[in-house]
Amino acid sequence: MISRVQVVSILGSLTLLVLILELVRRGKLAERYSLLWIATGAVLLVFSLWRGLLDRFAAAVGIFYPPSALFLVGLVFILLLILHFSVIVSRLARKNRRLAQRLALLDERIREMEKEKIDG
Amino acid sequence: MTIDAKRIVVLVPARNEEHSVADVVLEVSAALPGATVVVIDDGSTDRTADEARRAGAVVLSMPFNVGIGGAMQTGFIYARERGFRAAVQVDGDGQHVPSEIPRLIECLEEGADMVIGARFLGRGDYRAPLLRRLGMHLFSAALTVLTRRSFHDTTSGFRATGRRGIEFFARTYPSDYPEPEAILLLCRAGYDVREVPARIRERESGASSITFFRSIYYMIKVLLAIAMGMTRRAPVRRRGEER
Repeated sequence: MISRVQVVSILGSLTLLVLILELVRRGKLAERYSLLWIATGAVLLVFSLWRGLLDRFAAAVGIFYPPSALFLVGLVFILLLILHFSVIVSRLARKNRRLAQRLALLDERIREMEKEKIDG
Repeated sequence: MTIDAKRIVVLVPARNEEHSVADVVLEVSAALPGATVVVIDDGSTDRTADEARRAGAVVLSMPFNVGIGGAMQTGFIYARERGFRAAVQVDGDGQHVPSEIPRLIECLEEGADMVIGARFLGRGDYRAPLLRRLGMHLFSAALTVLTRRSFHDTTSGFRATGRRGIEFFARTYPSDYPEPEAILLLCRAGYDVREVPARIRERESGASSITFFRSIYYMIKVLLAIAMGMTRRAPVRRRGEER
């Protein structure tokens, strides 16, 4: 007997997976950043489909209401994703700063060369 | 070893300092004839860049605000590329006294890699607000313990850096509130960082960029950076990826 909550979670994780893959297909989500998302969707789907796994996992970590374990898993993956993005944002900020510095230096060099041209 | 004034670059980070930056540039030029003065305009929305140019400075205009650390690093890259022997940092708000620069240079000539003009070593009568003083003492204590060298004024932005320090900072320089961390980085890399007493003036214009809540963020950020710095391997001196 399939429970209502199970139907909802299967549909939910399937929708997520399809959405992610569609974004990758249209080129709106870069492959390298989609991997963690796909893993999230896949894990959620596996847990929704295989109720026994969820029950076992819930019992192992001491959760009485197994569907809550699904939320836990989802939450953990979302935290990982956010952390992943913070790392990416930090890297982008560093690269951005480097570009700004290079731009300022080049700007000055051009000004200098133009002045030399006028003076010379 | 003496350093020719022509090989000295004075880096002046300035953000919206149109009222004081020209005076700073003129005063530095007068105190250090022959030196190159570079104003790093960190995304000012006023006439800071024009004023600085009018006063005879080279101006590096950041396309947007990158913070004091990113701005200073631009200056160090400039110094490295143009082969300067010493880079002196003087704030654009006029609180540092350019006539004190030769004292810093002298100390570099004696072999230091970086010299900090410290405000609490006897000269001048500078008193900071309580919270900031607390933070300063905290950083000084932390750095003194970690580097096993005595530091009194780790947040001073009045400093001179020699050739090796310029190379190092062009590669690696901390982003926000960089002063205490920069000392730690150099010490950890085995460079010689010293302090000399320096006078300081009341700022000519503008308020300190550090407000109450920012001071708290400042303190936590710097302490975290210092703690993390200690757990990392000492930075290597060879050329690597610029960060």
